[in-house]
Amino acid sequence: MEPDEIKSIIEHGLPGSVVDVKGDGTHFEATIVSVKFRGMDLVEQHQAVYKTLGDAMKERIHALSLKTYTPEQWEKIK
Amino acid sequence: MSEDITKKIQSQIDKNKVILYMKGTKDLPQCGFSARVVNLINSYGVPYETVDVLANPEIRQGIKAYSNWPTVPQLYVNGKFIGGCDICVELEERGEFEPLLRNAVAEK
Repeated sequence: MEPDEIKSIIEHGLPGSVVDVKGDGTHFEATIVSVKFRGMDLVEQHQAVYKTLGDAMKERIHALSLKTYTPEQWEKIK
Repeated sequence: MSEDITKKIQSQIDKNKVILYMKGTKDLPQCGFSARVVNLINSYGVPYETVDVLANPEIRQGIKAYSNWPTVPQLYVNGKFIGGCDICVELEERGEFEPLLRNAVAEK
């Protein structure tokens, strides 16, 4: 699986989000900034991302490291 | 998921203030993400229990459904699902991980 494919799936599942994915085919790191994360705790944010990936998470992705931010949080740390 | 497995997981989480579902054991983690969380918890010296999902295939599948979370490790503190490795590291960076553990262990 390519990082771009993961990026595209997450962007499709969380419209309006900004997604960056790096990886080597099995291990990936994704950073996601989305307005949909507002009002969610970290667990809910990560669950929202996992949900977009569905079965790919179980079968095709060995390891995916996530960092999730609301646009407001991202403004502060970027 | 069978009812028995759900009950078993529920009982493990109820009995232990801090419990980590992981690959391998505290002394010999079998995955870098599990090792990272073990190291984090160890650094605060609080007592905790672990469950090796590699030795318990039913728990391995069961805990994913139980938590609605597709990966292991998974940390529970005082019955609450805290998250996987990324979230533990994030909480540590925010300075929230140690108080989370200490408050849980201090509670009666």
